[in-house]
Amino acid sequence: MDLSYTPEEEDFRARLREWLGKVLPALPPKPSPDDWPARRAYDLGWQRMLYDAGYADVHWDASPTTRLIFLEETEKAGAPYVGAGFVGLLHAGPTIVAEGTPEQRERWLPPILRGEEVWCQGFSEPDAGSDLAALRTRARRDGDDYVVSGSKIWTSHAEVADWCELLVRTDPEAQKHRGITWLALPMNAPGITVRPLRTLAGSAEFAEVFLDDVRVPVTNRVGDENDGWRVTMVTLSFERGTAFVGEVVACRRVLGELAAEARRNGRWDDSVLRRRLGRLNAEFRALWRLTQWNVSEAEAGGVPGVGGSVFKLRYSHARQELYDAAAEVLGPHALDLASPWMLDRLSSLSYTIAAGTSQIQQNIVAERILGLPKGR
Amino acid sequence: MWGAADPGASQPTVRDPRPRLDRALWRALGELGFFSLRLSEADSGAGLGLPEAVLVFEEAGRALVPGPLLATHLAAGEVPGAATGEVVVAAADGRLVEWMDEADVVRRGAEGAVPMDSVDPLTPLHRVPAPAPADPVAVLLTAAEQLGTAARACELAVQHARTREQFGQPIGAFQAVKHLCAQMLVRAEVARAAVYAAAVTAGRADIAAARLLADEAAVRGARDCLQVHGGMGFTWECEVHLLLKRAWVRAQRSGGITESEELLAAELVT
Ligand SMILES: Cc1cc2nc3c(=O)[nH]c(=O)nc-3n(C[C@H](O)[C@H](O)[C@H](O)COP(=O)(O)OP(=O)(O)OC[C@H]3O[C@@H](n4cnc5c(N)ncnc54)[C@H](O)[C@@H]3O)c2cc1C
Repeated sequence: MDLSYTPEEEDFRARLREWLGKVLPALPPKPSPDDWPARRAYDLGWQRMLYDAGYADVHWDASPTTRLIFLEETEKAGAPYVGAGFVGLLHAGPTIVAEGTPEQRERWLPPILRGEEVWCQGFSEPDAGSDLAALRTRARRDGDDYVVSGSKIWTSHAEVADWCELLVRTDPEAQKHRGITWLALPMNAPGITVRPLRTLAGSAEFAEVFLDDVRVPVTNRVGDENDGWRVTMVTLSFERGTAFVGEVVACRRVLGELAAEARRNGRWDDSVLRRRLGRLNAEFRALWRLTQWNVSEAEAGGVPGVGGSVFKLRYSHARQELYDAAAEVLGPHALDLASPWMLDRLSSLSYTIAAGTSQIQQNIVAERILGLPKGR
Repeated sequence: MWGAADPGASQPTVRDPRPRLDRALWRALGELGFFSLRLSEADSGAGLGLPEAVLVFEEAGRALVPGPLLATHLAAGEVPGAATGEVVVAAADGRLVEWMDEADVVRRGAEGAVPMDSVDPLTPLHRVPAPAPADPVAVLLTAAEQLGTAARACELAVQHARTREQFGQPIGAFQAVKHLCAQMLVRAEVARAAVYAAAVTAGRADIAAARLLADEAAVRGARDCLQVHGGMGFTWECEVHLLLKRAWVRAQRSGGITESEELLAAELVT
């Protein structure tokens, strides 16, 4: 693992830092999490600023190390999160880069980069969560269209999305991984109903999406018919891998804030708590090093491998521990949603579930890294 | 996907209107003897003791009965009307007052109370500047409620694990899920032994131990229950988050776990 940066990389860091210092003070305040249209506008506005400054495509075209620097610096500076742009920038976008035709890249990539279009991810279904390949939403070919019927669930950002990366079953006879196809679904097509779902934090972050004979042009298919599983796996390894770089930096910042608060309110004198924060410091330092390691591997190999599962398992747990420690620092204030970190504490509960549960990640580590026999 | 995890989200979210206390329920609890349980028969009570109260509070914890159960129960015989459920009593416990605005009487140092945006949608909270001293009976009955919640979390998880299918079988067939459920039961049963024993001895160390074990069983159990429920566990509609949030509230009562740990540590050297 090479922990040094080249002069070009250091130069990139310096320029970025300077730019952030200039633009961040002028940003409007963050909208309320319940106001989805405002959130969309805010997140896309930030993406547009990145675009105009030449940083928009850092997730796609830049080297992994440059991307690492970008995520590190933006988070340190307190820049907005990728937010509503998540699926487009970190998931559908990279998939289209890797598997799309030139026309598809031309159609979909620039609006993502310019912050004009929001994507969501329509993979999970009521009966297909951990067992994603059991999905049943059906697409039948009718002339130049697919006609799609079924339903999706837990679709984050669906309320404000323009497009949905949709997994459908095109061959019900084939083995379950083989009959799946990846489609770009326009969210304004007739026959789509979006029903928001409330999370335990009280906000509507995800939705159910019902599809009733929705027509999707065959030209919206990315990859071959019935080859959608392979197309998806390429990007899922990304979602489980380097997508959390900025968050690790964020956790290290929160840890520092916790220590400062504990000093202020006297909890720092509790040696059990103090040492717990010390341990968490070790944890996040190590996770940061692991991130750098994964990035240098990716630099050499291209696509992140199953190592992402190692990271995700440990990180999702550490994140929950961090916010438990925050509750310890705050004492009774931890029951107040208006206290800092408490909404993050609630949302951290999803980290061991979303993007593949911890149990599923452990199976992946045991089977694909350790080579243990399959079977649950 | 990672949508719900926007680390920048820092504003309060959609809230239900402030919960109202169901007075009819309160009177019904009074009629059942929930509040007067430990009063002597001469005082129109049931003349029962701590062990019986523990069983009753365990059930209340299992059902997540809302309201200042503990404060009203402790006020029976002291505040007129509390024993029968005609009068709702709230009290400062630790640094918190539960259900202050809905109560007819607020006892013990609630001066300077400040309302909070309570994480538990069924328990409105105020914060008080000076901590109220811990009452061992309150600690024990809190532990009993935690025990009930721990047991409920285990039941819900097992029920879900039996019926939810993935990969062509009930998820309870996977060892990972089995082990989660088994640990929930183990924690709840060890807590049960500690809580019941403390109810009989009423010793301070026994009560402190009961508290530690029951807090862990409830908080950890609710978390694991959420995990077993997958995405569904992360929703508002599913009852699981209510178990966790209530367990968090109770864990802050009466000196929190630190006080119990210190008491037990001190016991080793005296
Ligand atoms: C906040 C949030 C946002 C999300 N956003 C999206 C999104 O935008 N798009 C999308 O498509 N999906 C999204 N999801 C869905 C997410 O991917 C699924 O919730 C997840 O894969 C689990 O599926 P499930 O909820 O059906 O749980 P289940 O699969 O029913 O799992 C229930 C329990 O069984 C365990 N289990 C299941 N199978 C096994 C096994 N073989 N071995 C051991 N244990 C097992 C699980 O670990 C879990 O504990 C989101 C979820 C959350 C919580």
